[in-house]
Amino acid sequence: MSTKTLAAADEELRFYDLDEHAHPEGHSTMLGFWIYLMSDCLIFAILFACYAVLGGNYAAGPAPKDLFELPLVALNTAMLLISSITFGFAVLQMQQGKVRGTQIWLAVTALFGAAFLAIELYEFRHLIHIGATPQRSAFLSAFFTLVGTHGLHVTFGIVWLITLMVQLNKHGLIAANKRRVMCLSMFWHFLDVVWIGVFTIVYLMGMLQ
Amino acid sequence: MSRESTPGHADHPHEIEMPHASLRDYLIGFALSVVLTAIPFWLVMTMPLSAGATAAIIMGFAMAQIVVHMVFFLHMTPKAEGGWSLISLVFTIIVLGIALAGSLWVMHHLNTNMMPMPHDMNQLP
Amino acid sequence: MTPHPAPETGPLLGKLSLDALPLHEPILVITFIAVAIGGLALVAAITKYRLWGYLWKEWFTTVDHKRIGIMYMILGLIMFLRGFSDAIMMRLQQAMAFGGSEGYLPAHHYDQVFTAHGVIMIFFVAMPFITGLMNYIVPLQIGARDVSFPFLNNFSFWMTTAGAVLCMISLFVGEFAQTGWLAYPPLSGIAYSPNVGVDYYIWSLQIAGVGTTLSGINLIVTMLKLRAPGMRLMKMPVFTWTSLCANILIVATFPVLTATLALLTLDRYAGTNFFTNDFGGSPMMYVNLIWIWGHPEVYILILPLFGVFSEVTSTFSGKRLFGYTSMVYATICITILSYLVWLHHFFTMGSGASVNSFFGITTMVISIPTGAKLFNWLFTMYRGRIRFELPMMWTVAFMLTFVVGGMTGVLLAVPPADFVLHNSLFLVAHFHNVIIGGVLFGLFAAINYWWPKAFGFKLDVFWGKISFWCWVVGFWLAFMPLYILGLMGVTRRMRVFDDPSLQIWFVVAGIGAAVIAVGIAAMLVQFAVSIWRRDQLRDETGDPWDGRTLEWATSSPPPDYNFAFTPVIHDLDAWHDMKRRGHGRPVTGFRDIHMPSNTGAGIILAGISLVMGFALVWHIWWLVAASFIALIGAAIVHTFNYKRDFDIPAATVAAVEDARTRQLAATGA
Repeated sequence: MSTKTLAAADEELRFYDLDEHAHPEGHSTMLGFWIYLMSDCLIFAILFACYAVLGGNYAAGPAPKDLFELPLVALNTAMLLISSITFGFAVLQMQQGKVRGTQIWLAVTALFGAAFLAIELYEFRHLIHIGATPQRSAFLSAFFTLVGTHGLHVTFGIVWLITLMVQLNKHGLIAANKRRVMCLSMFWHFLDVVWIGVFTIVYLMGMLQ
Repeated sequence: MSRESTPGHADHPHEIEMPHASLRDYLIGFALSVVLTAIPFWLVMTMPLSAGATAAIIMGFAMAQIVVHMVFFLHMTPKAEGGWSLISLVFTIIVLGIALAGSLWVMHHLNTNMMPMPHDMNQLP
Repeated sequence: MTPHPAPETGPLLGKLSLDALPLHEPILVITFIAVAIGGLALVAAITKYRLWGYLWKEWFTTVDHKRIGIMYMILGLIMFLRGFSDAIMMRLQQAMAFGGSEGYLPAHHYDQVFTAHGVIMIFFVAMPFITGLMNYIVPLQIGARDVSFPFLNNFSFWMTTAGAVLCMISLFVGEFAQTGWLAYPPLSGIAYSPNVGVDYYIWSLQIAGVGTTLSGINLIVTMLKLRAPGMRLMKMPVFTWTSLCANILIVATFPVLTATLALLTLDRYAGTNFFTNDFGGSPMMYVNLIWIWGHPEVYILILPLFGVFSEVTSTFSGKRLFGYTSMVYATICITILSYLVWLHHFFTMGSGASVNSFFGITTMVISIPTGAKLFNWLFTMYRGRIRFELPMMWTVAFMLTFVVGGMTGVLLAVPPADFVLHNSLFLVAHFHNVIIGGVLFGLFAAINYWWPKAFGFKLDVFWGKISFWCWVVGFWLAFMPLYILGLMGVTRRMRVFDDPSLQIWFVVAGIGAAVIAVGIAAMLVQFAVSIWRRDQLRDETGDPWDGRTLEWATSSPPPDYNFAFTPVIHDLDAWHDMKRRGHGRPVTGFRDIHMPSNTGAGIILAGISLVMGFALVWHIWWLVAASFIALIGAAIVHTFNYKRDFDIPAATVAAVEDARTRQLAATGA
């Protein structure tokens, strides 16, 4: 191949993008946040692994059957599930460009999230009160840590919800805020997915043992 | 590796790709979730089946519900973010599976093969 | 058991009191005085030359991936000197402590030294070095202007630094862990380590871990989203590919470390029973979990350097890399397989034959893609016009050294052999063989290779060669005796020895460490001499090695925006392709360039995290609460900042590019 033919063939080739448009601001955020969620998912994976391995070590202490009250757990699950769909409504309102509606549904979501937390704290308080503390056995350590870490995430989600409502008030549905609503939506639904694992493996499977 | 795409300079110069949600999706997802949650709770609370069968069913329902949430609430599609969302999810599931199954396998071996210790609290009444 | 009983806790200062200062250990007092004098001199110099404002505006708050990359490298270098002084201390102790001699390090101090050496070398030397390297090079190689999340990049750097600082504070306030670098319980539990050493370990790793995970996410997204037009995955440079896989490993393993250490923290702070001996806890679970992180971590360290060797070999052989596709697939294989081998770190812990053989076989399997890579490099060199510049010399030294380390690794992968060799100096020799021979030699190749890109002048060759030979000879002198000692059954982490016939080997190893010390000194001299003689070593072309990838397409050092116009890629080795086909560098028609603006939020958040870490170590609860609230508050305040970017005006771009045009014309390029 001679250089001449090469040059001829390459005449049309562009080596620089002369008519370039900047990447829109935040165009990577959703993917980045999703990958963050995946890494968070692995934190939960380790907590689940610990629960799976150590969950049978009661150290002559109470077992799941002695402790868990399924109606309470069902109520809790309902709270989180409802908060998922209310977040969905917030996203729908956002898509229609309604700031107020978005904020209202976000507030409703936060309320259901808070109810979930309140029920969980009530359960924890009850368990500690009857002597089933995190220190009592490896099973209880793993239980409190797994459920508690999920609860901490929900708490963080509520703080974020409130922050976001203020930011919507200040700036309205600008692109940055829409992106934040979508990220928080992913976060919130992700927590719901984790909860499916929690209520199935910890509570329901625990009652079967 | 053939289905990769070059990151879009020209594709959408001024728009951010965002999943589009619809009321219908959310309602279907919610209805399915309610069913998939209620049945396992009912099964465990009333115990119409044997423990083994119940366990298998509720694990199956949990997986189904996770898929429902992924599709209807998290708007997961093979196309989202040029496929990278799905690839990262699959990779995570693989790692998660390895860590969970591996830990159980390894720890089961260690528990079975190690000599019982005199102070092993598991065995105490 | 421990020399100091657990101290009382007070409400104001927690466990902290004057007793925490190690005034009774003369080595530490002298070190502290030296560090204090050096630090004061540095502060005084910065103040005298009025550099604080410059440092703050141009460096500390920068979101420019290039500057952050350089800061990572500086952090790694400083911590490297600390980690290496630990190594020298151990070598000296082990060469002395024979025939009834106790050596010069008391047990309490010696145990901290070997723990700190491991922790620092992995977390605060190797990790910052590779993160810095990826930060600097990857955006340039893919033709991007910055990473996807520039603020996060700055924040990640400062979190890593905060972790390193917390680790360094332990040298002078309190103590560091005495548990070995992975802090196995029950030794690291509160019952056997009641003092703050393990807490320093935990919190410095947790704080740095946040930074590492976030920078991993950042770089992955950068590589997925910001590649120049035309750069399909299979046209990415190999270094970018290996960086992508290393970052995937970071994001998919560091959470495991975070969770495991968090559980250990709960055991120590809240009295839970995950890894205790009692109440159903299982210390072996910790070992299992930490190695699920630990083994991929090894590949996080080495993969980017495999990329460096590929770039260097191909550039200095003047050929396209042999087997690019197989190189990529080998990297992907290693990425997946690295999750399937973790048990080989504890073959002897009591698993049955089926488990041990499974993990033994996967361990041997993972050496296959690595071997394939080695052949690719050899075939790249075959019939190439090899230029033995410094980066190429390091690469050849790597090939020769790493192969030995790899083979001893395969040896250790055989479970019955491992039963004999585990926990011995053979193992220590093996992993130093791969980490020094692979990671460090790779870093030195990379530094010599990309220094001209970062600073616009080459590194001095004479001192580089001295450093090279001292390192290579010193390495073999220092670690071959350890292989022999290990085969004779000497276990690691020993402080004193009874058998006088072993001493000669430890003396030889000590001499080897001293030769390496000369190599390090020569490297520092190399940097100093090169900066001094920078006008003679100047490279005006931006492409001093006749490079092949895009980072050589721009000036050295690159402008803030990297590329005035984003390159369009048609072939692998894009820059080589552009040179070959006579591309025309555009000299007119510049436009405004959109860039992120600097922010102090990263250093502020990391600073608060450092305070919180310190308070947690010493159980100063009011400070923990205060700094936690401050941290959340500062993070929320940061989210209210919506103005995060600005435009570089076209006129500025044109001025910079015109200067570059004149420079290129002057060099005749």
